[in-house]
Formats: sequence, C-alpha cells, structure tokens
Amino acid sequence: MTVSAAIRPKSPIERLLASNSWLVFAFLYLPILLLIGFSFNENRNVGIWTGFSTRWYGEMFQNNDVMRALRNTLIVALVSTLVSTALGTMAAIAMERFRFRGRGTLDGLLYLPIIIPDVTMAVMMLLFFAQAFDLVGGFARVNFGLGTIALSHIAFNISFVAVVVRARLSMLDRALEEAAADLYADRWQIFRRVTLPLIMPGVAGGALLALTLSLDDVVVTSFVSGPGSTTLPVYVFGLVRRGVTPLINAVSTVMLVASMVLVGVSLLFQRGSRSPDQEEGLT
Amino acid sequence: MTSKNSRRLVGLAVLGLVVAACGGGDETADGADVECEAGVTDAETLNFYNWSEYIDPELILAFEAETGVDVVESFYESNEAMLAQIQAGVTYDLIVPSDYMVGIMIEEGLLMPIQKNSVPNISNLASEFTSPAYDPGGEYSVAYQWGTTGLGVNLSVVGEDFEPSWALIFDPELTSGYAGGVSVLDDPRETMGAALKYLGYSLNEASTDALQEAADLIAAAKDNIATFDSDQYDEALVTGEVAVAHGYSGNMIVAIGEADDPDNFAYVVPQEGGTLWVDNMAIPADSAAPCTAHAFIDFLLDAENGAALTNWNYYASPNAAAEPFIDPEVFEDETVYPSDELRSRLEIIADTGDFEINFEDYFAQAKN
Amino acid sequence: MIPAPAKSERQALEQSAEKADSRRGLLISLPSYLYLVLFFAIPFGIVFVYSFATRSRTGRTVLEGWNLDSYGRLGDSIVREIAFRSLVLAVVTTVVCLLASYPFAYYIATRRPAIRNVLLVLVMIPFWSNFLVRTYAWRVLLGTNGPISQLSQLLGGDEIRILFTNTAVLIGLVYGYLPFMVLPLYASLERMDWNLVEAARDLYADGWTAFRRITLPLSMPGVIAGSILVFIPSLGAYVTPALLGGARTTLLGDYIVGQFLSARNWPYGSALSVAVMVVMLFAAVFYFRAGAKNA
Repeated sequence: MTVSAAIRPKSPIERLLASNSWLVFAFLYLPILLLIGFSFNENRNVGIWTGFSTRWYGEMFQNNDVMRALRNTLIVALVSTLVSTALGTMAAIAMERFRFRGRGTLDGLLYLPIIIPDVTMAVMMLLFFAQAFDLVGGFARVNFGLGTIALSHIAFNISFVAVVVRARLSMLDRALEEAAADLYADRWQIFRRVTLPLIMPGVAGGALLALTLSLDDVVVTSFVSGPGSTTLPVYVFGLVRRGVTPLINAVSTVMLVASMVLVGVSLLFQRGSRSPDQEEGLT
Repeated sequence: MTSKNSRRLVGLAVLGLVVAACGGGDETADGADVECEAGVTDAETLNFYNWSEYIDPELILAFEAETGVDVVESFYESNEAMLAQIQAGVTYDLIVPSDYMVGIMIEEGLLMPIQKNSVPNISNLASEFTSPAYDPGGEYSVAYQWGTTGLGVNLSVVGEDFEPSWALIFDPELTSGYAGGVSVLDDPRETMGAALKYLGYSLNEASTDALQEAADLIAAAKDNIATFDSDQYDEALVTGEVAVAHGYSGNMIVAIGEADDPDNFAYVVPQEGGTLWVDNMAIPADSAAPCTAHAFIDFLLDAENGAALTNWNYYASPNAAAEPFIDPEVFEDETVYPSDELRSRLEIIADTGDFEINFEDYFAQAKN
Repeated sequence: MIPAPAKSERQALEQSAEKADSRRGLLISLPSYLYLVLFFAIPFGIVFVYSFATRSRTGRTVLEGWNLDSYGRLGDSIVREIAFRSLVLAVVTTVVCLLASYPFAYYIATRRPAIRNVLLVLVMIPFWSNFLVRTYAWRVLLGTNGPISQLSQLLGGDEIRILFTNTAVLIGLVYGYLPFMVLPLYASLERMDWNLVEAARDLYADGWTAFRRITLPLSMPGVIAGSILVFIPSLGAYVTPALLGGARTTLLGDYIVGQFLSARNWPYGSALSVAVMVVMLFAAVFYFRAGAKNA
C-alpha cells in the first residue's frame, strides 16, 4: 500500500482528504491555542483582548483555593493511579494467563465500569458512602474527602488499566514464556523476567490512562468530595459557573501544558523501551 | 444472563438491602449536650458552607487571625443543593440556609440548637429577627443578611422608562425583542414564585392549578430565556450576554457598581411584588467543631463586623448595632434597604409542608 | 532413566497442577475482585435497592414502603422527552463524528509509517489534555463577545449567539469525543489488507467502487467500535451540556444529577440511573456481538 501511495500522483481525492485532515487538526487545536492565548489577556473579560499580561499566573499561584485544589488533585491522582495500575495489572494477568472459578464474573465486572456513564458512577459512589457513613458513623469520624474521591477513582480505573494490559498480554507470543519454562524457570521468575518487561509498555499505557482519567474527572469527584477536598477540575468547573476571568484560562493552560509534558515523557519512555520490530502505530 | 450471574445479582440486592437497613434512622441532634464558652474554639478547622461571594474575604482572614482557626470555605448555589449535601452525610460546621430551609432542616433534626450564652453578641440583632416564623425563639438559627430578589436590567436594551414588572422576563412580546434574551434563577421556589406573583398569586400558593399556570408561563417564555442560572446572572448582565437578569439584590448591585458603565444598568423589584428573604447562620447537628462555629457566629454579630459584611456584599444587615457603621450610601440605598411601601408587597418564602415537592416537580416540567 | 509415570498418575499430576494453577489465578485476581465487589458491585446494588425506596417529604430517603413508583415515573412524558432529546443528540454526535473522522482516519492510515506516528501523536495530544479545559475553551470561543462572534462581526455579519444552545452542546460533544472515533477507525483501517484494494483496481473497479465494496465493509469493526465509544458517553453526558448548554433544555445527565443534588429524590434518581445502565448494557452487548461477527 505505502509503495503505491508514494508513486501515485496526488489525485483530487487525495487533496480533498488532505485538506479535510488539516481542517480537523485546526478544529482540534484552535480552541486550545485560543485558550492559552487568552490566559495572557490583560482584560478581566475573557473574550475581549486588551493587552498582554501575566498577572493571572501570578494571581493563580497566590490563590490559596487554587493551590489547595492542585494539591488535592495530585494526591488523588497519584494514589489512584498507583493502586489501580497494580490491581488492574494483576487482574489482567489473572484473566489472560489463568483459568479459575469466577473468571467469567470478573470478566463482566471488569467491563462494567467502562460502559457506565460517569453520572451513574457518581450516584453509585454517593449512595454507597452515604450508607457506609451511616453504618460506621457511630464508631469513627468519617467524612467525604480525599479518601472517598481516591476510592472512587480506583474503582473505575482498575478496569481501564486491565483492558490495556490485557490487550498487550494477548498480543504476546507465549513461546517466550514457554521457552523460559522449558529452561526450568518457575512461575514467578517467568513473570518477573519475561512477562513483565514485555508488558511494560502496556502497564505504562494503562497507568497513563488511569492518570488522565483521574485528572479529568469532574462528576464523580464533585459528588463524593467534602469540605476542602475540591480537586482542580471540580474547582475550574465551579469557577466557570461563578465568574469567568482569565484566571481560569491560566489554570487551564497550566493543566494543559502539564498533561502534554506528561504524555511527551511517557511516549519517549515507551519509544525507548520498544524494540525496532515492535514499531506500530500504537502500543 | 447465566444462572450464576443472576444469582450474583440477587445476592447483591440482598447485600445492598442489608447494608441499607443497618444504618439510618438516627437523625437526632448529636451536639445537644455540648457546652461552649463564649469565644472559645474547639477545633483547628471550621468547615464553612456558604453561598458564593457572600462574605468579605477580609472578615475570614480577621477571624483566622484572631482565633488561629483555619476556615475552609465551600460554596453552594441553592438551598436545595446544600440540603442534598447535608442529607448525604457530608459534615460541615456552619451553613447559611434561607428562611424556609431553616424550617425544613429543624424538622429533619439536622440542626444543632444555638447556645445563646456562647453568642453574647446576639443581643445586637434587631428585634424583628430574633424570633422568626420559621424558627420560633431563634433556637436554631441566627439571621445573617436579608434582601430582595428582583431584576437587573440593561437600560440600553429595555429603555429608560421600562415598566418594573416580571413581564420583563416572562412576556415573550417583550423578551423576544431583547438581544441575548434573559436569565432566570435556577431555583424552584424563586422562579416559580416570581411567576406566581406575576399571575397575581401568593409566593406560597399551595395549589397545583396555580403551579401549573406558573409552569406553563415559564415554559412559554423559555424561547427567550438564555439560561437558568443562580450564579453568574450578574456577570451575564454586565457583559451584555443577557438583557435582563433575575437575581439577588446584593450581587446585582455590586456587579453593576463594578461594571464599566454602571449608569447603563439598574436593579428593580417588580411592582407585582417579590421575595424578601432572610439568610441565617446555622450549625449542622453532626458538626465536628460546634464551639468554633458559635465563636464565628459571635464574631459576625459584632457591630463593626456586621457592618463590614453589608458594606462588602450590599445586602441588608439584621444587626441593629451595626447600623451606625454602615456606609451611608448603602444604608440610604432603597435597592438595599427597601422602603416600607415596597416591603408591604414582598413576601417571605414559607415551607408549604407536604406540598413542597410540587414546586420542584412543576419547575422541572417547565424547564424541560 | 526415570520411567514415565503411568497414565493415571499422569492424569492425577495434571489435575493437581491445574488445581494449583487455578488457585494461583484466583489469588492473583482476588485483590481486584474484592475491590470491585466492594466499591463497584455493592454500590450498584445499593442504587438498585434505593430505586424501590420512598422519599420523605423533605427529601430524605426512607428505606421502607418499598414500591415501584419511581419506575412508574419513567413513563412520564417529561422523561420520554428528555430521553428522546438525549438519544437524538447522541446519535447526531456519533454521525457527525463518524463523517468527520472517517476521511481523517483514512488519510492517516494511508501515509508512510513515520508520518502516521507523528499524526497519531498529534491527534492524541488533545485527548490526553484535560477534558474539562478543552470543553471550557469552546465556552470562550462561542461567547457573544468571543473570538468567533468578533470574527463574524468583522466580516460584516451579526454577532454570533451559539452559546447556550443545543448546537453548542453538539460542537462540544463532537470535539470531546472525536479521538474516540478516530482511533478505532484508524486501527481497523491500518490493519486492513490493502492488497485487496489493489486487486479490485486491477479488475477495473474505479476508486469509489473499490472503497464501497472492499474498504468500507472491512473497516466496519472500527466504525462500530468508534460509534459505541462515542454514543455511550454522549448519551450520559453531563459536563459538556452544563458548560455549553445553559440548562435551557434538559438532558439525561443533568436530569439525573438534579434528582440527587437539588430535587433530592434519590429513589427516582436511582431508578433513572438503573434504566440508563440497562440501556447502555444493551448497547454494549450489541457492540460485542456485532464486533465478534465482523472480526
């Protein structure tokens, strides 16, 4: 295919496709660029440009609420990513490499969080914690907060990690693992020295997905957060509804740049760990 | 579905039932036996749940400096949203419910009684606020601010001699001519109330026929309603996004004052009458810092602090001792302190008992 | 030399090895299993149970007087209107995404591998950036005094008021979920055997016929996967309509949230959530069946 693409002259269809693609890219990037641009707007009114200024970035770092929200976001994201990656990877390995009773149910359980709308998930967790606190409230002081948020994030992240790692596992050639077994390696050694390194890109991809979903989450978090445990996306969501100034743009730009840097780093990491004959479009 | 999966589902339902049945039922006030000394705090953090932009940040800082307590603020945009959080079991130490909501929460046992001797400044309250209808004896709440709900208008769109009437948001003949349309509060009692007043009923009309009429009115007006918003109506008005905004007096007045062209806007209470509301400070029954909450209430009832509050948010103060300290221009402003004549046309929202949920249902129907 | 074990011994050995294996598998799966049961299955069970509960007059949920009233309300005209509106919006979003993504994915899939990877990364970057922030960007863009409106005024037109309309929500949804459509489409196009297309062309089929009878059917799994990945979140969307739709026309997500955060009617909200879940389940099962058929 690629050969013929190289020698076939640019037909009108080709040009049409190319221009359509440029339009799509423009559609994808324009809002982001404008958002970043307006974060340097001197005017309090977001849409009307009056001059260049970095005051909003200064304000942002001085704003206690923003800083607290940022801290909360990072804590929750870190915890939920670590735990869900560990649990999700284990679930994936169990599903792909073992046969055991209850495998079917776990299969179903793993797919549900992916198809569930986040509104329903938020409702589920709210009811669950409300009920749980009713039960436990007599014994210990529990409240909605970072704990409930992290627990909820882990609940849906496990499935996403599992799906990614399972995809990776199913692509692996079992011959490598079998060869290791022939060489008298026990199960644990096979896992540690053959399987794990091979699925690392998948695990990393799953972790990145979990991190992104945790950083992105608005609805579930706002249902189960409590006083002082607002996360950055929920805070921005609230800001948008309360008063629009370029402060939100500044916060958003920082979040955007941070996530892009994160993606860039992880891609570099994956590229480095991937062998030449594994070069495909995606993991 | 396999038999195994259906068994699981039944098992889950049973488990859920058991879990649900075990808890709940205990709604009585926990902190009834707490003894608080005036001004003494019992915790390092105060979880303060308030309407947005309702308190001067300087006051918070002053309280923090005076007591060493860290005040953590959270915000809500409607009484119902606040009640939903409290009912879900989220713990706050101080909340600011409106009049009718205080009545509801008292009945539900969600509020802790206020110990008057821990709040010496309570004597500063004007007499008409010490024993309101929704909280006889002022046992569970202390008035915070009061004000009106009305309309902010863009004079260049509605004209200088517009008629101050709810028609400005409900009459399609008028509103279809307004570029940008109008914004209406996303609050069942307020918006249904406005419609009821426009139709000549009482705010608290507990009749499904009246509510149906009100819902139909709102539905018919919807083409020109740009948004149902309880938060950004003032912003939308002064940026020209909407021509008329339904909202609360103080927020509106502040926003107009800060606009580039304040003379282009005005706040009015429609001639058919509207809402007079009183917001109150109250302590949730399961608060972890009741004494700190009492100290904060006392702090806000101080004469100068009470005046600072009004001078900042342009809502009327229930604090009689604060009056000398309020800016004269605020005190004389009829939009902040309505005249007696206007007050006679205003009503306070009252809890309608079993009928209450109809307001929400008919409002949802109208919005749909 | 060790004599080979007898057949029955071998079978016993195999069985105990399998049992050990099965036990190990169970053990490895246990943490995630338990977590999901506790923090996913049980919560859903509670929602299910609550959907049969009653609401006290002040909005507290009373776990007695079990009834089907909440489910009965699902037949109300207001629910049918909201459901229909959300469904239409989800379908239109999916179709628009498909129409925009297919040529795009096709273009990427037919480039050289080096360029393909670059293009893919460029598509992924917005996806990996914060969803809320990207949606908010449109709120700025579509505002009455925003850039698009100013541009149109510059070109002599009127000011544009798209914000707070269904169109704005549509734009926001398409924008948010475009990568979900592009990636599966790309994956399935890239995996295709293009020699088949070559063969068709050798048989004097023109470009369009080759596309219609070879490429399109072979890319169906991607089309189906992408469609489901866009349809399901669009149906239950909450953030995008909240930011761009101005609450003028209610959609499912907002209606359900309202039952919990404002109307405080948990039994009814639970019934709605259960119903939505069931619909999504059917859609997902349909996808799996259709996907399996086309694999």
